[in-house]
Amino acid sequence: MTLSVDSALYCCRCLAAKGATWTQLESTPLLSSVRKRLRYNLDKWRIVIPNNKRLQENCEKVSRLYFGNGIQTTKYTFLSFIPKNVFEQFHRFANLYFVAIVALNFVPVVNAFQPAVSVIPVCVIMAITAIKDAWEDFRRYQLDKEINNMVCLIYSRKEQDYVEKCWKDVRVGDFVQLQCNEIIPADILLLFSSDQNGICHLETANLDGETNLKQRQVVKGFSNQNTPFDPEIFQNTIVCEKPNNDLNKFKGYVEQPDQKRIGFGSESLLLRGCTIRNTEIAVGIVIYAGHETKAMLNNNGPRYKRSKMERRMNIHIFFCVGLLFIMCLIGAVGHVIWNGNFSEHPPYEIPEVNGNYLSSALAGFCMFLTMIILLQILIPISLYVSIELVKLAQVFLIHNDIDLYDEDVDLPIQCRALNITEDLGQIQYIFSDKTGTLTENKMVFRRCTVDGNEFSHQENAKRLETYKELDSDEEDWARHQRFALPVIKIEKPDTLKQKTDKPLRRCQSARARFQGHSRKKSLGHCDSLRSQVAFSSTIEKDVTPDKRLLMKVREASLQIESLTSFPSGKDTCCTTSINDFFLALAICNTVVVSTATEPRQRVTAPPLMKPSGISLERIHQLLQRLKLANLGQSFSLTQSSSDLEASFNAKNNKENPTARDSCNKDGDYKDDSTAGAMSWKGSTEIGGASLDEEFGFVSQGHLQPEFCYEAESPDEAALVHAARAYGFTLMSRTPEQVTVRLPQGTLLTFDILCTLGFDSVRKRMSVVVRHPFTKEIIVYTKGADSVIMDLLEDPAKADLNTGKKMRRIHAKTQKHLDGYARYGLRTLCIAKKVLSEDDFRKWASFRHEAEAAIDNRDELLMDTAQHLETRLTLLGATGIEDRLQDGVPDTIAALREAGIQIWVLTGDKQETAVNIAFSCKLLDQKDTVFTINTENKETCESLLDLTLEEVRKNSNAERTKWKIWGISLSSSLAASVAHSTDIGLVVDGKTLNVIFQGDLEDKFLELTKYCRSVLCCRATPLQKSMVVKLVRRKLEVMTLSIGDGANDVSMIQAADVGIGISGQEGMQAVMASDFAVSRFKHLKKLLLVHGHWCYSRLAKMVIYFFYKNVSYVSLLFWYQFFCGFTGTSMIDPWQLIFFNLFFTSIPPILFGILDKDVSAETLLSLPELYKSGQNSETYKLSTFSIAVLDAFYQGLICFFVPYLTYKDSDIDVITFGTPINTISLFIILLHQSLEMNTWTCIHWIAMIGSVLLYFIFSTIYHSVCVVCNHPTNPYWIMEDQLSDPNFYLVCFITPVIALLPRYLILAVRGTFRASQILKAQQLDKLPKEQRDLEIQRWRSIERTTPSTSVASPVSSDEVDQNNSNSPVSQFLGQAAVTPHGNNNAWELSTPEMNHRRDWMLDEEGNSSTSRWTGEETIAANSLARPCPGQDSLESTRITSPGMFISHLTSDNAEELNPGSHRRSVSAVTL
Amino acid sequence: NSMKNKDNQSAQESNPRCPDSSAFKQQKLPAWKPKLTASTVLSSFFVIGLFCLLVGICLILSARSVNEIQIDYSDVCLNCSKLRESSSNWDKECNCFAHFTLQENMPGDIFMYYRLQNFYQNHRRYVLSRSDAQLLGQDVNIQNSYCAPFATYPNGTPMAPCGAIANSMFNDTVQLFYYVNSSTAIQVPLLKNGNSWWSDKNVKFRNPTSYNLSSAFAGTARPPYWQKPAYLLDEKDERNNGYINDDLIVWMRVSAFATFRNLYRRLSRTNQFADGLPAGNYTFHITYNFPVTKFQGKKQLVLSTITWSGGSNLFLGIAYTVSGAVIVLAGFVIAAIHLKRRKKKTYFQRHPK
Repeated sequence: MTLSVDSALYCCRCLAAKGATWTQLESTPLLSSVRKRLRYNLDKWRIVIPNNKRLQENCEKVSRLYFGNGIQTTKYTFLSFIPKNVFEQFHRFANLYFVAIVALNFVPVVNAFQPAVSVIPVCVIMAITAIKDAWEDFRRYQLDKEINNMVCLIYSRKEQDYVEKCWKDVRVGDFVQLQCNEIIPADILLLFSSDQNGICHLETANLDGETNLKQRQVVKGFSNQNTPFDPEIFQNTIVCEKPNNDLNKFKGYVEQPDQKRIGFGSESLLLRGCTIRNTEIAVGIVIYAGHETKAMLNNNGPRYKRSKMERRMNIHIFFCVGLLFIMCLIGAVGHVIWNGNFSEHPPYEIPEVNGNYLSSALAGFCMFLTMIILLQILIPISLYVSIELVKLAQVFLIHNDIDLYDEDVDLPIQCRALNITEDLGQIQYIFSDKTGTLTENKMVFRRCTVDGNEFSHQENAKRLETYKELDSDEEDWARHQRFALPVIKIEKPDTLKQKTDKPLRRCQSARARFQGHSRKKSLGHCDSLRSQVAFSSTIEKDVTPDKRLLMKVREASLQIESLTSFPSGKDTCCTTSINDFFLALAICNTVVVSTATEPRQRVTAPPLMKPSGISLERIHQLLQRLKLANLGQSFSLTQSSSDLEASFNAKNNKENPTARDSCNKDGDYKDDSTAGAMSWKGSTEIGGASLDEEFGFVSQGHLQPEFCYEAESPDEAALVHAARAYGFTLMSRTPEQVTVRLPQGTLLTFDILCTLGFDSVRKRMSVVVRHPFTKEIIVYTKGADSVIMDLLEDPAKADLNTGKKMRRIHAKTQKHLDGYARYGLRTLCIAKKVLSEDDFRKWASFRHEAEAAIDNRDELLMDTAQHLETRLTLLGATGIEDRLQDGVPDTIAALREAGIQIWVLTGDKQETAVNIAFSCKLLDQKDTVFTINTENKETCESLLDLTLEEVRKNSNAERTKWKIWGISLSSSLAASVAHSTDIGLVVDGKTLNVIFQGDLEDKFLELTKYCRSVLCCRATPLQKSMVVKLVRRKLEVMTLSIGDGANDVSMIQAADVGIGISGQEGMQAVMASDFAVSRFKHLKKLLLVHGHWCYSRLAKMVIYFFYKNVSYVSLLFWYQFFCGFTGTSMIDPWQLIFFNLFFTSIPPILFGILDKDVSAETLLSLPELYKSGQNSETYKLSTFSIAVLDAFYQGLICFFVPYLTYKDSDIDVITFGTPINTISLFIILLHQSLEMNTWTCIHWIAMIGSVLLYFIFSTIYHSVCVVCNHPTNPYWIMEDQLSDPNFYLVCFITPVIALLPRYLILAVRGTFRASQILKAQQLDKLPKEQRDLEIQRWRSIERTTPSTSVASPVSSDEVDQNNSNSPVSQFLGQAAVTPHGNNNAWELSTPEMNHRRDWMLDEEGNSSTSRWTGEETIAANSLARPCPGQDSLESTRITSPGMFISHLTSDNAEELNPGSHRRSVSAVTL
Repeated sequence: NSMKNKDNQSAQESNPRCPDSSAFKQQKLPAWKPKLTASTVLSSFFVIGLFCLLVGICLILSARSVNEIQIDYSDVCLNCSKLRESSSNWDKECNCFAHFTLQENMPGDIFMYYRLQNFYQNHRRYVLSRSDAQLLGQDVNIQNSYCAPFATYPNGTPMAPCGAIANSMFNDTVQLFYYVNSSTAIQVPLLKNGNSWWSDKNVKFRNPTSYNLSSAFAGTARPPYWQKPAYLLDEKDERNNGYINDDLIVWMRVSAFATFRNLYRRLSRTNQFADGLPAGNYTFHITYNFPVTKFQGKKQLVLSTITWSGGSNLFLGIAYTVSGAVIVLAGFVIAAIHLKRRKKKTYFQRHPK
């Protein structure tokens, strides 16, 4: 369907032609300008004139030129359906072919049948397709109607007010009033917002899948928002660009009556399909409507994909065409030869009407055409339509699989592509996104370390463990409640209604969910809306605080108080960093706060709270003291720590010994039990009575309004929630200020001086705030550990003790970070820096300059940011878990067992990706992991070569091993093992760039073929799709991409099968996908069971169709040898046609829908079975040829047994054809019975029904038709045959002979269990327990075989490592001499490396050295990147183009240090 | 269990998009899953094989019990066939005789066939060339039918019956004489009736209705190759004349192969022929009209008895016997495989890995 983008243009030109009459009507100057523009600029601009009373006339004239807002996505109208559909069907080559044949049949010289008869199959096929199309179109029509009839408020000039109108009645130029949570009906220019600042918040999830809110600004000059907007006053003309599909591009201007122009851009455009949020009322004018809206222009409709099998099938169809051609040629030549036998024309040769005979050659040619008509069914006409039906049914069954239904989100699997089900069974490569696909994309705060003290948050961990159970319990409870309590039942419908509001399957943004679309804010909103706030599920929100830390926090708050009496103390150090740490967590982000009570109403001003116990002055006072104390502490650090401790102990002993204990810096952290034993109640009493009076401790959730945090990234939200758990609640955020409530209940409002947003180069973000009381300027920085750790203040520069202490903190934190990473946590370091007023002013001016700069502005901004973020003080670090989705490791293991290579393509950083890869068993501890990070082509090439060499060596070793071990093993087994060794490869985006640009694709792919899994980190969406395309193109494999976010769309589209995860990140991936699931684990059943079934079913069906047609056609072909190649058919044409269309069509279709070769359970427990589909075992050239040969054999038997039986008898043509037709039916159905694995009652009905149908039809037809069917008129033939014993004798023996070979071979194969599928089938027959036992045994056998092979590379690697004589080290030597080599970086990193190694040796004796060096390289890595704040070396480094750091790793440290780590990437042989 | 169902139901109520768990939708319909292995197919092989052997032997025996004699007269009547080569001699009568001797009595019903070789009645355009409606006695415009060019004469007189099939009808007349002794021959009584299908004779072929047959055919002409019009095909028997003439009906049922036999006459089992044909000398008295030399054809006359399984064709019997034997043999092979496998299995079971 193509819609003209702007039909208005055409209309306009028409009008311009009629200009004469039109100009006369113009009276106002404005209109003349419109006319002018129409005349001159209409190709470029669109003019919108508001639809109000004053401009009514003009508006009507102009808006008439544009589309209305009604949409019509249907292809056909009631009248145009038949011609248009027929026309479209003729686009299909097969249909054209058959129609051509039918047409040919109307030529008398060549016709084989009565023309009318031959029309039937084409008509039936096309009718079925047409019915299907009509049904689909009708559904579209209904959806259109539903959308078109949605209501919105439109300004009516008659009533001078907004009235409700349907969407379809909205015109360009109309004023639309939108309310909160309303869906925008058209593209609207924002003119008024109830927001003070003229801002309207927009959720674009329906459009681009992003759930975070976007801000839209009222057109400048209309932001006088004190008075409500009155459309009547608006007298301006709007000029803007023509409709286009670029969502982010829009510009135009408003022309005021006084010719003043006000420009606007896309920031003022509300797009159709988006939802208004957080804004009570917004008013705008419609700019684009209906099909001209950006959303509709972006809606390209479903894509047509052709499956692999279909491609192969088309080849085979051409093969059939070839076969047909040969047959026809034989016929033609045979006819010529046969004709040549006669010296004169025999009596049975009939002259033309004029009495002449055709010349021999011409007769031959005509015979060729006749033969084509006769043998046309060799090309299976019904195959296409059958396949379509089967795929529809397969999709239906997949869609209805209860195992693929996700109860949590109430979503079954969505099959968006209808024609690639069987591709699911042939996947060889899976490309997966990480975040949100493998993981939940629910960031959960797990652990933190402050000041070198680790807080393990065990309670939190427990909570997370039990989370699942709790969840289901809650549900149960809710359900019970609903039944029990009628009150709730009354409320329920409201919420339910919103939830069940049918999702529009396709509309402006394909799948908009019209949840919460209602005019009035209903009670249920809160409920349904909360789920819409991204990253805020309960699992993310509730953080159970670590008791020890909580105590410390409380203590810290007490400390402030105690400062009044004890002005100094060592403890302050600890407590202030705790305070700072949590403040940083709460502040250092871009989280926007909204409350649940006012749905998604952003909190920009701190809510009025009851003044807490202490006055602001008091706090001020306290903080001043705190600052003093802080300073004092830093001065007093000259004292030895033991002294400090002693003094501290002395002071605090009376109050709380435990608290002191836990505050002890060097305290035993294993001593959780003592701390854990303390109850919450007990700890509240810590403060003592006197303190409680002043600091009423606000407990969690108590009295607090429910806040919703809308964060850009889930990590941020997790941190804010964590801070909140400790009482540091982020209350509100505006661009200028941020308000935090402290545990004591005090509200602190910081002025935000600057926010340095996160970017992937700096890998950190910072906020510069001014403390409300101390007036200090503080920089809080949060970022990747690898970055932050290098930006810390150099301990060496501080005085001795401080330096020592800092070093110790750094080391400990590093250790903890390491531990976090080992558990696959995402680590973030929190640091701070106090700036002097002068410094800040200086920096601010720089910053200002940078912002004002025109050239290389971005670089300057980056530069300034990097200048600020130096010499930081480490506060602590956090470990956030991105929880793996349920069953991911299991699924990955199963998919891998199924022979699928899994690649992870992620935009995340390498460390995280590797961690996740380990935790989801993508990489194994025993794996050899090669990491390639380089930006230099030569290096990359040599690296690839070296790695390849290394890998080849391993695999060769293995192969030899195989020869020794597995003498009896088949070669195919050995081959499959050859590349399944446990090698992992990690590359990053830069390396990928090098690979793509430097023509290294082949080497890269060669290498990846040896790898079990490949990780591409830091990959851009484009790179993702390029990788997919590369693999698809070069390796010619079936690929599947799975992802959940907008950044995966390109990859999803690039793969053969795209799977979207309908997760947290909106619908974009889903919209681009072929199948949408809600969990990664569903992939297992989708591929292993449904994929396998769909493939094997369809493959068998296609083969069967070919077989069926060939065997049937060969009957007609053989007959030609006995009728002088004259094209006679011994089968009545009706029977001939019906045979394919009705008598033998249902069973194969059923077969294609319902056959189960192996049960779902067995398929799931034996993933190897998937390989049969992968290798296209069921449908390939050999099986196809065997089927064709068998068909020929059967055709031969089916023809010649009756021939020899009836030879030399008085049998007539049709009577001879009848038993043949019957036998053929039996053979074809029995053949299928042999192929069929499952006989449900439906199968039985279909089989017996087909036979009965044949006989009933034949007998009726043969007893009714006396003269109706020239020339056969098969009157009474069937009846005659049924009374002839010979008929039964022939009908029995022929199928027996025809099917005997197949039956025998199948039985022998079944006995010997020639294939795994057959083996599995026999497992299926066993009773359950026995089957499980057998499966286990099978798997254990399968396991033991590869494991022996694994052993060899491991050992060889060990040798390599020990000798340190591996190619890796050779490479490093090479690297040193490469011209671009940055030896500097290496040198630079060495001293620090040594340092850290020292720490490590000090602190953790059992950790492996190699691992540490690995960490070093990561550090070195970061050093190698351009970072100001380093010394003079930096400039040279920035300029050097070929920056690279590579660590090629062959790690087997695991063998040496069992259980020590997962990050086997790290080991580097130097 | 009922609780569970309830839970399920309520779950479905709350989750409208949840697919229902019917056996069909979950693809868990109870099913019979036959697996072809040696043990499962073994019995079928022996049963089918033995059955085929049995039937085959019966068929062979019955086919061998058929008495049949075939006399080729295209060579015997060489002069006649030469005469017929030229179409100008169409009105000249030519008779010839074919002698044969029955060594034994031919008991039972005797059928007399004429057999043609190399006559492609199944030629596509030949098959088409007829008008069933006309043969049904309907008044049809045969010019629109498929009969062309044998539909009408140039002067517009329609042919009755039209079409190439009817035109080329086998028109030799054969009489059989039995030599009671060396000098006296008596004509063997042969039945002209009942040689065609009942359905053809009574349903598919009807004469046009009129007070008599010749008036019914008024305004039509005989096909060009015919010597007499349709209403004179059998002047003696009203029920065998015109379109319902058995010879015509039999001929009109176009044969499936180029070599075929059509039933011509049946022995009327009267007098000394009550038990069939006695052994002795016989002569076919043939009025030779049907030319076959044009297409290197041959003409034979066949006398044959029939059995329940049809004619003398041994093929079906042989097919049954041979395939029965092969199947039984295959059964033995399978049995051997099966036994070997079972032995191996028990070996494994006794010695688990």
